[in-house]
Amino acid sequence: MKLSPDELAQHSPEALRHTFTLNRREMMKLFGAGLFVYAVSDASALQESGRRQNEEELIPHDIASWVHIASDNNVTVFTGKAEMGQNIRTSLSQQAAEELRVPVDSIRLVMADTELTPFDMGTFGSRTTPQMGTELRNICVAARDILVDMAAERMHADRSKLVAANGAITNTVNHQSLRYGEITAGQQIVKAIPLDPVLTNPAKWLVAGTPVKKIGGREFVTGKHQYTSDMSRPGMLYGKVVRPDSFNATLVSLDAKDIDPKKIKVVHDGDFVGVVASDSTSARRAAKAIKAKWKAPQQISEAQLYEYLRKNPAHSEAHAGGQSSREHAHEQGSVDKALASADKKIETTYTVAYIQHAPLEPRAALAEWNGDKLTVWTGTQRPFAVRDDLAQAFHLSTDNVRVVVPDTGSAYGGKHTGEAAVEAARLAKGAGAPVKLVWTREEEFTWAYFRPAGVIDVRAAAQKDGALTAWEFHNYNSGPAAIQTQYEVPNQRIEFHPTQSPPLRQGSYRSLAAAANHFARESSMDELAHSIAIDPLEFRLKNLREPRLRAVFETAAKRFGWGKQKASAGQGFGIAGGFEKGGYVATCAEVEVDPATRNLRIVRVVEAWDCGPVVNPNGLRNQIEGAIMMGIGGALFEDVHFAEGRVLNPHFAQYRVPRFRDLPKIEVELIDRKDVPPFGAGETPIVGIAPAIGNAIFSATGVRLRSMPMVPNGLPERAS
Amino acid sequence: MSELDLRINGQRHQVSVADDEMLLWVLRERLNLTGTKYGCGEGQCGACTVLVDGHPRRSCRMPASEAANKQIATIEGLEHEGNLHPVQQAFLDEEAFQCAYCTSGMIMSAVGLLSANPKPTDQDIIDRLNGNICRCGTYQRIVAAIHRAAGQGGSR
Repeated sequence: MKLSPDELAQHSPEALRHTFTLNRREMMKLFGAGLFVYAVSDASALQESGRRQNEEELIPHDIASWVHIASDNNVTVFTGKAEMGQNIRTSLSQQAAEELRVPVDSIRLVMADTELTPFDMGTFGSRTTPQMGTELRNICVAARDILVDMAAERMHADRSKLVAANGAITNTVNHQSLRYGEITAGQQIVKAIPLDPVLTNPAKWLVAGTPVKKIGGREFVTGKHQYTSDMSRPGMLYGKVVRPDSFNATLVSLDAKDIDPKKIKVVHDGDFVGVVASDSTSARRAAKAIKAKWKAPQQISEAQLYEYLRKNPAHSEAHAGGQSSREHAHEQGSVDKALASADKKIETTYTVAYIQHAPLEPRAALAEWNGDKLTVWTGTQRPFAVRDDLAQAFHLSTDNVRVVVPDTGSAYGGKHTGEAAVEAARLAKGAGAPVKLVWTREEEFTWAYFRPAGVIDVRAAAQKDGALTAWEFHNYNSGPAAIQTQYEVPNQRIEFHPTQSPPLRQGSYRSLAAAANHFARESSMDELAHSIAIDPLEFRLKNLREPRLRAVFETAAKRFGWGKQKASAGQGFGIAGGFEKGGYVATCAEVEVDPATRNLRIVRVVEAWDCGPVVNPNGLRNQIEGAIMMGIGGALFEDVHFAEGRVLNPHFAQYRVPRFRDLPKIEVELIDRKDVPPFGAGETPIVGIAPAIGNAIFSATGVRLRSMPMVPNGLPERAS
Repeated sequence: MSELDLRINGQRHQVSVADDEMLLWVLRERLNLTGTKYGCGEGQCGACTVLVDGHPRRSCRMPASEAANKQIATIEGLEHEGNLHPVQQAFLDEEAFQCAYCTSGMIMSAVGLLSANPKPTDQDIIDRLNGNICRCGTYQRIVAAIHRAAGQGGSR
């Protein structure tokens, strides 16, 4: 079965059921007439494709996105990035529309489908806006240039008199106009371009930079959008994995005699045990009825966590999850001498607990085999990596595996991997039918990877005049992101120490360790400021040179009214900030403490933010507000409890996440810089909130809290 | 398995369900009404909220048999002749979502709230929706959306 343009237009599982690896010829057939533009990052590849006009030639591997402008003026943009609520479907569409000079609603994005979209490493690291956005703009500028060239030829006009706007090229002399679709005049035109055209100056943006509403918003408020967990396929069955009772366990014995084989298929392969049934209720019941015995090694419990992280340095990078300590070690001046001669010094230890992402849509996958060909729909941030995992797990060539990511119910760095995809595929293979697998909340809290826990030691010193003189900072296990201080300090020693075989399975989390490192750094800065009786904002600005960072601090402080109100026993104010991944942030928090109940309430949060030119102010504000809200959870109460390889609180009733009652008044100040390149905003807005709250708690109570979460059991009387 | 007669969004449905099957799974797996979401299965997140005789209920904890002979309303039933319900429209206008996985449950809870309390205060909204989790943290916008809907006949 060949794909027709209509089928592609749906981009639904039905439409794409039998697509095989696309080479350029198939791609072209799929689109019909129009202009197809893709970029090559390597100029020699471009020459190669220009020399050989071979239809069978595969599209080069080093390209990251492509664009098709159809005869009806509809634009299709292909990108390997995935939408998970960060609203890039909208922001990328705006950027494409801007450079193509078309209305945003004529753009359709095909995203994160290993068979239809170019390779992409994954949607993480705040890279969509600076990298994919910029590349897409490049391609669209080039496509527009090509259309202008062609229009000049068709109109016999002076190219310099032609203007592209609203999906058409118009001759400003005689007002003759051709729509983009007319310019290609039924032909199919394919162009490879190098990535170097001149982008539209953000100061002149008309579509980018505006608060375009979330594309497809109506589908979400009507419940029509199909997340992976909502999808179905003809003949589809429901799977459930039988989990070990602790981590790292191996299967000793399996007793499935209570299972009716006419109703339930049991799939047993090594240590993998799962069941498949015609409905999920029966699958869950069957999984419970299977008696499996497991054997597990002794494992580190929460009580030994911080001591273990500090005392077990990784022997090699392989054991440190690929994190290298050396590249993050930094030393200048003499910390020891500076500490010895300082007016005031502090020596403190911070800890950060393991936490979970707890995306509201749990990990889910729907797997379907068609002979040797495997298709899996799953919510993942790294569809191509999951495709490779599936190929490896089932001994297939990657050409025979297709991973499709429907717009997903959030991830926050937690969905880089493809466990559910592999499990669903194994169950589907065993059952001989398509299988959908949706992890339970308990599985999500237990078997998804965790944000690393960590210990951070800080030694620092300042002179009475407010000069920061010494800074020593050691992060054990939590990670090296944003470990370097943003302040000017002549004497520094900064190092990340990965831990050998940390007790829980660790992975990415929104902002990685930047949140932990900012918590320890900005709390310490506050402590130093108080120790020399200088206002915490003034102390920071005194030691800060970076103008964009100074600007966010000053902007946040002004909006907040920093310094206008004195802290009291029941009310405190805190400030913190920093930068990471091209984003600059400063956060002010006001807290209220009930002296009788010790009840803590975050009253107000003001955050100033600069990530260069703003692509969508409404979407950006939403991201920042959300990051603040999520950050409150890690700051105050989120905490994975574990012992002997078991998570002890794998439920929302026991693992407290921010709810409506935790909502402060949130105010966001955007600094819209048109003179610098744009950067991402999904992560760094989270880094200021924990230290801002901690500093506000200190200002209200005199208690310095040095553990994330700070108040898992309510506000303590004294520092821990 | 047992046979049930359910009234959902004004329509009668004869369904055959597993013993003790929760309403959520009947809606999602047997009637293909997947707008109602699974978030925890423990009544702790509100993603599965539906209205039962006008009151918000967690469909993940409600045996389908209990829903027989009651009026069930799901997110799919809110649109009227192609027009969004004022609460749906207000969520769109305020863009009160990111990934939007919680949105169905939020909207159903808000519809239930507004029918009982057409002009809620901030505190009313916070108290009544505290059982609904938005992991993306769009709570401030959801409160604004509910106020907006309240001003535009959201209690209908």
